[in-house]
Amino acid sequence: MKQKLTSLLALLLLGVSFSVYASPAKDRSALIKYYKQKLPDIKFQDYIYGALAMNPDAKSQYDSFMEFPSYSIDLDKGKSMWEAPFKNGKHFSSCFKHGGKNVAGNYPYFDNATGHVVTFENTVNACLKKNGEKELEYGGKEMGLLTAYARSLSDGMKVNIKVKGKGALAAYEKGKKYYYTRNGQLNFSCASCHVQNAGKFIRSDQLSMMIGQASHWPEFRGGTEITTLQDRFKQCQKNMRAKPLKANSEDYNDLEYFLTYMSNGLPMLTPVYRK
Amino acid sequence: MAEAMKMRATMEGDVVDVKVLIQHPMDTGLMKDKKTGKLIPAHFIDLFVATLNGKTVIDAQWGVGVAQNPFVGFRIKGGKPGDKVAIHAVDNLGNKFDGEEIVA
Repeated sequence: MKQKLTSLLALLLLGVSFSVYASPAKDRSALIKYYKQKLPDIKFQDYIYGALAMNPDAKSQYDSFMEFPSYSIDLDKGKSMWEAPFKNGKHFSSCFKHGGKNVAGNYPYFDNATGHVVTFENTVNACLKKNGEKELEYGGKEMGLLTAYARSLSDGMKVNIKVKGKGALAAYEKGKKYYYTRNGQLNFSCASCHVQNAGKFIRSDQLSMMIGQASHWPEFRGGTEITTLQDRFKQCQKNMRAKPLKANSEDYNDLEYFLTYMSNGLPMLTPVYRK
Repeated sequence: MAEAMKMRATMEGDVVDVKVLIQHPMDTGLMKDKKTGKLIPAHFIDLFVATLNGKTVIDAQWGVGVAQNPFVGFRIKGGKPGDKVAIHAVDNLGNKFDGEEIVA
Protein backbone atom coordinates (compact mmCIF):
# COMPACT_ATOMS: atom_id res chain seq x y z
CA MET A 1 0.00 0.00 0.00
CA LYS A 2 2.80 2.40 0.90
CA GLN A 3 4.58 1.57 -2.40
CA LYS A 4 1.43 2.26 -4.35
CA LEU A 5 0.87 5.59 -2.59
CA THR A 6 4.46 6.72 -3.03
CA SER A 7 4.48 5.92 -6.73
CA LEU A 8 1.11 7.59 -7.26
CA LEU A 9 2.42 10.66 -5.48
CA ALA A 10 5.67 10.56 -7.43
CA LEU A 11 3.69 10.57 -10.66
CA LEU A 12 1.55 13.47 -9.47
CA LEU A 13 4.66 15.41 -8.50
CA LEU A 14 6.21 14.84 -11.91
CA GLY A 15 3.14 16.53 -13.33
CA VAL A 16 2.10 13.57 -15.42
CA SER A 17 -1.27 14.35 -16.88
CA PHE A 18 -3.92 11.82 -16.02
CA SER A 19 -6.41 13.87 -18.01
CA VAL A 20 -8.15 11.05 -19.85
CA TYR A 21 -8.67 9.03 -16.71
CA ALA A 22 -8.56 11.97 -14.33
CA SER A 23 -10.63 11.88 -11.22
CA PRO A 24 -10.55 14.73 -8.73
CA ALA A 25 -12.26 12.42 -6.25
CA LYS A 26 -9.43 9.91 -6.56
CA ASP A 27 -6.80 12.67 -6.20
CA ARG A 28 -8.51 13.86 -3.03
CA SER A 29 -8.88 10.47 -1.40
CA ALA A 30 -5.27 9.59 -2.29
CA LEU A 31 -4.08 12.75 -0.56
CA ILE A 32 -6.25 12.13 2.51
CA LYS A 33 -4.74 8.64 2.81
CA TYR A 34 -1.28 10.15 2.40
CA TYR A 35 -1.79 12.70 5.19
CA LYS A 36 -3.37 10.08 7.48
CA GLN A 37 -0.20 8.13 7.14
CA LYS A 38 2.18 11.10 7.38
CA LEU A 39 0.41 12.86 10.26
CA PRO A 40 -1.43 10.00 11.98
CA ASP A 41 -2.22 11.92 15.16
CA ILE A 42 -4.29 14.58 13.42
CA LYS A 43 -7.99 13.97 12.83
CA PHE A 44 -9.41 14.79 9.39
CA GLN A 45 -11.83 17.33 10.92
CA ASP A 46 -8.85 19.20 12.40
CA TYR A 47 -7.12 19.70 9.06
CA ILE A 48 -8.89 23.08 8.92
CA TYR A 49 -6.57 24.27 11.69
CA GLY A 50 -3.44 23.47 9.69
CA ALA A 51 -0.31 24.04 11.72
CA LEU A 52 -2.43 24.82 14.80
CA ALA A 53 -3.58 21.19 14.85
CA MET A 54 0.03 20.15 15.30
CA ASN A 55 0.76 22.45 18.25
CA PRO A 56 -1.58 22.39 21.28
CA ASP A 57 -0.10 25.56 22.77
CA ALA A 58 -0.64 27.51 19.55
CA LYS A 59 -4.15 26.08 19.27
CA SER A 60 -5.07 27.22 22.80
CA GLN A 61 -3.79 30.72 22.01
CA TYR A 62 -5.91 30.67 18.86
CA ASP A 63 -9.01 29.54 20.81
CA SER A 64 -8.43 32.25 23.39
CA PHE A 65 -8.13 34.90 20.68
CA MET A 66 -11.21 33.68 18.82
CA GLU A 67 -13.37 34.02 21.97
CA PHE A 68 -13.19 37.79 21.59
CA PRO A 69 -11.34 38.62 18.38
CA SER A 70 -9.75 42.05 18.21
CA TYR A 71 -10.69 42.18 14.52
CA SER A 72 -14.40 42.39 15.36
CA ILE A 73 -14.42 46.15 14.71
CA ASP A 74 -13.01 45.58 11.21
CA LEU A 75 -15.52 42.80 10.66
CA ASP A 76 -18.33 45.23 11.53
CA LYS A 77 -17.12 47.39 8.64
CA GLY A 78 -17.60 44.40 6.36
CA LYS A 79 -21.08 43.89 7.80
CA SER A 80 -22.01 47.52 7.07
CA MET A 81 -20.74 47.12 3.51
CA TRP A 82 -22.80 43.97 2.98
CA GLU A 83 -25.98 45.44 4.47
CA ALA A 84 -25.80 48.87 2.82
CA PRO A 85 -28.27 49.20 -0.06
CA PHE A 86 -27.12 50.14 -3.56
CA LYS A 87 -28.27 53.41 -5.11
CA ASN A 88 -31.13 51.48 -6.71
CA GLY A 89 -32.29 50.16 -3.36
CA LYS A 90 -31.22 46.53 -3.86
CA HIS A 91 -28.76 44.65 -1.64
CA PHE A 92 -25.87 42.21 -2.12
CA SER A 93 -28.13 39.48 -0.76
CA SER A 94 -30.24 39.68 -3.94
CA CYS A 95 -27.29 38.35 -5.98
CA PHE A 96 -26.76 35.17 -3.97
CA LYS A 97 -28.93 32.13 -3.31
CA HIS A 98 -30.62 32.12 0.10
CA GLY A 99 -29.64 35.78 0.46
CA GLY A 100 -26.00 34.72 0.84
CA LYS A 101 -26.54 32.22 3.67
CA ASN A 102 -24.76 28.86 3.35
CA VAL A 103 -23.54 29.46 -0.20
CA ALA A 104 -19.81 30.18 0.14
CA GLY A 105 -19.01 26.45 0.13
CA ASN A 106 -20.10 26.29 -3.52
CA TYR A 107 -17.44 28.77 -4.63
CA PRO A 108 -15.45 28.74 -6.82
CA TYR A 109 -17.47 26.99 -9.51
CA PHE A 110 -16.85 26.48 -13.21
CA ASP A 111 -19.14 28.46 -15.48
CA ASN A 112 -19.69 26.47 -18.69
CA ALA A 113 -21.21 29.51 -20.40
CA THR A 114 -18.08 31.66 -20.11
CA GLY A 115 -15.57 28.80 -19.84
CA HIS A 116 -13.95 30.23 -16.70
CA VAL A 117 -13.77 29.59 -12.99
CA VAL A 118 -16.02 31.99 -11.07
CA THR A 119 -14.94 32.93 -7.54
CA PHE A 120 -17.04 34.37 -4.71
CA GLU A 121 -15.37 37.73 -5.30
CA ASN A 122 -16.22 37.58 -9.03
CA THR A 123 -19.86 37.20 -8.00
CA VAL A 124 -19.59 40.18 -5.64
CA ASN A 125 -18.26 42.35 -8.46
CA ALA A 126 -20.81 41.03 -10.95
CA CYS A 127 -23.47 42.05 -8.41
CA LEU A 128 -22.03 45.55 -8.13
CA LYS A 129 -21.82 45.92 -11.91
CA LYS A 130 -25.36 44.65 -12.43
CA ASN A 131 -26.65 47.23 -9.96
CA GLY A 132 -24.77 50.17 -11.44
CA GLU A 133 -22.16 50.38 -8.68
CA LYS A 134 -18.38 50.60 -8.89
CA GLU A 135 -16.62 47.22 -8.70
CA LEU A 136 -14.17 46.49 -5.89
CA GLU A 137 -10.46 45.93 -6.44
CA TYR A 138 -9.43 42.28 -6.20
CA GLY A 139 -6.99 41.84 -3.34
CA GLY A 140 -7.97 45.20 -1.88
CA LYS A 141 -8.92 45.87 1.74
CA GLU A 142 -12.58 46.62 0.95
CA MET A 143 -13.11 43.35 -0.91
CA GLY A 144 -11.36 41.56 1.94
CA LEU A 145 -13.54 43.05 4.68
CA LEU A 146 -16.77 42.61 2.69
CA THR A 147 -16.07 38.95 1.92
CA ALA A 148 -14.89 38.36 5.50
CA TYR A 149 -18.41 39.18 6.62
CA ALA A 150 -20.29 37.81 3.59
CA ARG A 151 -18.60 34.41 3.79
CA SER A 152 -19.21 34.22 7.55
CA LEU A 153 -22.89 33.76 6.66
CA SER A 154 -21.86 30.28 5.52
CA ASP A 155 -20.03 29.26 8.69
CA GLY A 156 -20.38 25.56 9.36
CA MET A 157 -21.22 24.77 5.75
CA LYS A 158 -19.12 21.94 4.32
CA VAL A 159 -16.96 22.85 1.35
CA ASN A 160 -18.83 21.47 -1.64
CA ILE A 161 -16.99 22.21 -4.87
CA LYS A 162 -18.17 20.40 -7.98
CA VAL A 163 -15.91 19.46 -10.88
CA LYS A 164 -18.23 18.19 -13.62
CA GLY A 165 -17.74 18.41 -17.34
CA LYS A 166 -14.77 18.85 -19.64
CA GLY A 167 -14.25 22.56 -18.99
CA ALA A 168 -14.38 22.19 -15.22
CA LEU A 169 -12.02 19.24 -15.32
CA ALA A 170 -9.55 21.17 -17.48
CA ALA A 171 -9.56 24.11 -15.04
CA TYR A 172 -9.10 21.70 -12.12
CA GLU A 173 -6.16 20.06 -13.90
CA LYS A 174 -4.59 23.46 -14.62
CA GLY A 175 -4.86 24.37 -10.96
CA LYS A 176 -3.40 21.03 -9.96
CA LYS A 177 -0.54 21.38 -12.41
CA TYR A 178 0.28 24.85 -11.07
CA TYR A 179 0.25 23.45 -7.53
CA TYR A 180 2.77 20.74 -8.36
CA THR A 181 5.06 22.81 -10.60
CA ARG A 182 8.31 24.17 -9.23
CA ASN A 183 8.91 27.86 -9.72
CA GLY A 184 10.98 30.75 -8.44
CA GLN A 185 14.55 31.09 -7.24
CA LEU A 186 14.18 28.46 -4.51
CA ASN A 187 12.65 26.09 -7.06
CA PHE A 188 9.81 25.02 -4.78
CA SER A 189 6.33 24.00 -5.77
CA CYS A 190 3.40 24.42 -3.39
CA ALA A 191 3.61 20.65 -2.94
CA SER A 192 7.26 20.77 -1.90
CA CYS A 193 6.21 22.26 1.43
CA HIS A 194 2.57 21.40 1.90
CA VAL A 195 2.57 17.84 0.63
CA GLN A 196 6.10 16.46 0.89
CA ASN A 197 7.02 18.32 4.07
CA ALA A 198 3.73 18.95 5.87
CA GLY A 199 4.37 18.88 9.59
CA LYS A 200 7.99 19.88 9.26
CA PHE A 201 9.36 23.30 10.14
CA ILE A 202 10.48 25.95 7.70
CA ARG A 203 12.42 28.44 9.79
CA SER A 204 10.05 29.04 12.70
CA ASP A 205 6.80 28.00 11.06
CA GLN A 206 5.27 24.58 10.85
CA LEU A 207 3.98 23.60 7.41
CA SER A 208 0.27 22.90 7.16
CA MET A 209 -1.21 20.10 5.08
CA MET A 210 -2.90 21.08 1.80
CA ILE A 211 -6.23 19.52 2.69
CA GLY A 212 -8.08 21.95 4.90
CA GLN A 213 -6.19 25.02 3.74
CA ALA A 214 -8.95 26.56 1.65
CA SER A 215 -11.87 26.47 4.08
CA HIS A 216 -11.20 29.55 6.18
CA TRP A 217 -10.66 32.64 4.05
CA PRO A 218 -10.27 35.55 4.34
CA GLU A 219 -8.17 35.63 7.50
CA PHE A 220 -6.89 38.36 9.77
CA ARG A 221 -3.18 37.71 9.93
CA GLY A 222 -1.73 38.91 13.20
CA GLY A 223 -5.33 39.72 14.09
CA THR A 224 -5.20 42.91 12.01
CA GLU A 225 -4.26 42.33 8.36
CA ILE A 226 -7.20 41.16 6.26
CA THR A 227 -5.84 38.54 3.85
CA THR A 228 -7.72 36.68 1.14
CA LEU A 229 -6.68 33.26 -0.16
CA GLN A 230 -5.13 34.82 -3.25
CA ASP A 231 -3.31 37.42 -1.11
CA ARG A 232 -1.81 34.42 0.66
CA PHE A 233 -0.79 32.83 -2.65
CA LYS A 234 1.12 36.05 -3.39
CA GLN A 235 2.76 36.02 0.05
CA CYS A 236 3.78 32.38 -0.29
CA GLN A 237 5.23 32.98 -3.74
CA LYS A 238 7.22 35.93 -2.44
CA ASN A 239 8.54 33.72 0.37
CA MET A 240 9.62 31.18 -2.26
CA ARG A 241 11.30 34.00 -4.22
CA ALA A 242 8.88 33.49 -7.10
CA LYS A 243 7.09 36.26 -8.93
CA PRO A 244 3.57 36.56 -7.55
CA LEU A 245 0.63 36.80 -9.95
CA LYS A 246 -2.22 39.30 -9.75
CA ALA A 247 -5.36 38.58 -7.77
CA ASN A 248 -8.11 37.25 -10.03
CA SER A 249 -5.60 36.05 -12.62
CA GLU A 250 -6.68 32.89 -14.43
CA ASP A 251 -3.90 30.84 -12.84
CA TYR A 252 -4.81 31.92 -9.33
CA ASN A 253 -8.51 31.29 -9.96
CA ASP A 254 -7.76 27.78 -11.28
CA LEU A 255 -5.48 27.18 -8.31
CA GLU A 256 -8.20 28.35 -5.92
CA TYR A 257 -10.64 26.00 -7.70
CA PHE A 258 -8.30 23.03 -7.27
CA LEU A 259 -7.37 23.84 -3.68
CA THR A 260 -10.93 24.46 -2.55
CA TYR A 261 -12.07 21.18 -4.14
CA MET A 262 -9.38 19.45 -2.09
CA SER A 263 -10.95 20.79 1.09
CA ASN A 264 -14.37 19.34 0.25
CA GLY A 265 -16.24 17.92 3.22
CA LEU A 266 -14.60 20.22 5.76
CA PRO A 267 -16.61 22.88 7.64
CA MET A 268 -16.03 26.50 6.77
CA LEU A 269 -15.28 29.30 9.25
CA THR A 270 -14.66 32.90 8.28
CA PRO A 271 -12.84 35.01 9.27
CA VAL A 272 -10.21 33.44 11.48
CA TYR A 273 -7.02 34.50 13.21
CA ARG A 274 -3.62 33.38 12.06
CA LYS A 275 -0.33 34.67 13.40
CA MET B 1 -19.62 57.06 19.04
CA ALA B 2 -21.76 54.02 18.21
CA GLU B 3 -20.27 50.75 19.32
CA ALA B 4 -16.94 52.40 20.14
CA MET B 5 -16.20 49.90 22.90
CA LYS B 6 -16.72 46.15 23.17
CA MET B 7 -16.12 44.29 26.41
CA ARG B 8 -16.14 40.84 27.90
CA ALA B 9 -15.78 39.89 31.57
CA THR B 10 -15.77 36.22 32.54
CA MET B 11 -14.44 34.10 35.37
CA GLU B 12 -11.21 32.19 34.73
CA GLY B 13 -10.88 30.00 37.78
CA ASP B 14 -10.95 32.52 40.65
CA VAL B 15 -9.88 35.60 38.70
CA VAL B 16 -11.97 37.83 36.45
CA ASP B 17 -10.68 37.85 32.87
CA VAL B 18 -11.51 41.11 31.13
CA LYS B 19 -11.09 41.89 27.44
CA VAL B 20 -11.75 45.35 26.04
CA LEU B 21 -11.67 46.54 22.46
CA ILE B 22 -11.91 50.28 21.78
CA GLN B 23 -12.39 51.71 18.32
CA HIS B 24 -9.91 54.57 18.01
CA PRO B 25 -7.46 55.74 15.30
CA MET B 26 -4.62 56.29 17.82
CA ASP B 27 -2.88 58.68 15.41
CA THR B 28 0.64 59.49 16.56
CA GLY B 29 0.85 62.88 14.87
CA LEU B 30 3.89 61.74 12.89
CA MET B 31 2.16 60.23 9.87
CA LYS B 32 1.37 62.22 6.72
CA ASP B 33 -1.86 62.03 4.80
CA LYS B 34 -0.93 60.36 1.49
CA LYS B 35 -3.28 62.55 -0.52
CA THR B 36 -2.61 66.01 0.95
CA GLY B 37 0.95 65.51 2.20
CA LYS B 38 0.01 67.19 5.50
CA LEU B 39 0.65 65.70 8.93
CA ILE B 40 -2.29 63.88 10.47
CA PRO B 41 -2.71 65.47 13.90
CA ALA B 42 -2.12 63.39 17.00
CA HIS B 43 -5.33 61.80 18.25
CA PHE B 44 -4.83 59.08 20.81
CA ILE B 45 -6.23 57.81 24.10
CA ASP B 46 -4.02 59.04 26.93
CA LEU B 47 -6.04 57.91 29.95
CA PHE B 48 -7.34 54.39 30.56
CA VAL B 49 -9.02 53.57 33.87
CA ALA B 50 -10.62 50.27 34.86
CA THR B 51 -12.70 49.79 38.01
CA LEU B 52 -14.27 46.84 39.79
CA ASN B 53 -17.47 47.83 41.59
CA GLY B 54 -16.25 51.42 41.54
CA LYS B 55 -12.80 50.64 42.94
CA THR B 56 -9.89 51.50 40.60
CA VAL B 57 -7.89 48.48 39.51
CA ILE B 58 -6.03 50.03 36.56
CA ASP B 59 -5.04 53.68 36.11
CA ALA B 60 -2.91 53.99 33.00
CA GLN B 61 -1.42 56.86 31.03
CA TRP B 62 -1.04 55.79 27.41
CA GLY B 63 1.21 57.28 24.75
CA VAL B 64 1.51 57.05 20.99
CA GLY B 65 3.01 53.58 21.25
CA VAL B 66 -0.41 51.98 21.60
CA ALA B 67 -1.74 50.75 18.26
CA GLN B 68 -4.99 51.58 16.47
CA ASN B 69 -8.16 50.01 17.91
CA PRO B 70 -6.51 49.15 21.22
CA PHE B 71 -7.23 45.73 22.62
CA VAL B 72 -6.67 45.34 26.35
CA GLY B 73 -6.77 42.10 28.29
CA PHE B 74 -6.29 41.88 32.04
CA ARG B 75 -7.20 39.82 35.07
CA ILE B 76 -8.61 41.02 38.38
CA LYS B 77 -8.04 39.03 41.56
CA GLY B 78 -10.91 38.91 44.01
CA GLY B 79 -13.72 39.45 41.53
CA LYS B 80 -16.81 37.26 41.34
CA PRO B 81 -19.84 36.80 39.05
CA GLY B 82 -22.22 39.73 39.30
CA ASP B 83 -19.48 42.31 39.91
CA LYS B 84 -19.39 45.32 37.62
CA VAL B 85 -16.27 46.09 35.60
CA ALA B 86 -16.23 49.61 34.17
CA ILE B 87 -13.84 51.19 31.69
CA HIS B 88 -13.30 54.92 31.36
CA ALA B 89 -10.96 56.22 28.66
CA VAL B 90 -10.18 59.77 27.54
CA ASP B 91 -8.23 60.89 24.49
CA ASN B 92 -5.98 63.90 23.98
CA LEU B 93 -8.82 65.84 22.34
CA GLY B 94 -11.07 65.32 25.35
CA ASN B 95 -13.35 62.61 23.88
CA LYS B 96 -14.55 60.14 26.48
CA PHE B 97 -15.15 56.43 26.06
CA ASP B 98 -17.09 54.49 28.67
CA GLY B 99 -18.25 50.94 28.94
CA GLU B 100 -19.27 48.50 31.62
CA GLU B 101 -19.93 44.81 31.87
CA ILE B 102 -21.25 42.50 34.57
CA VAL B 103 -18.93 39.58 35.26
CA ALA B 104 -20.49 36.45 33.83
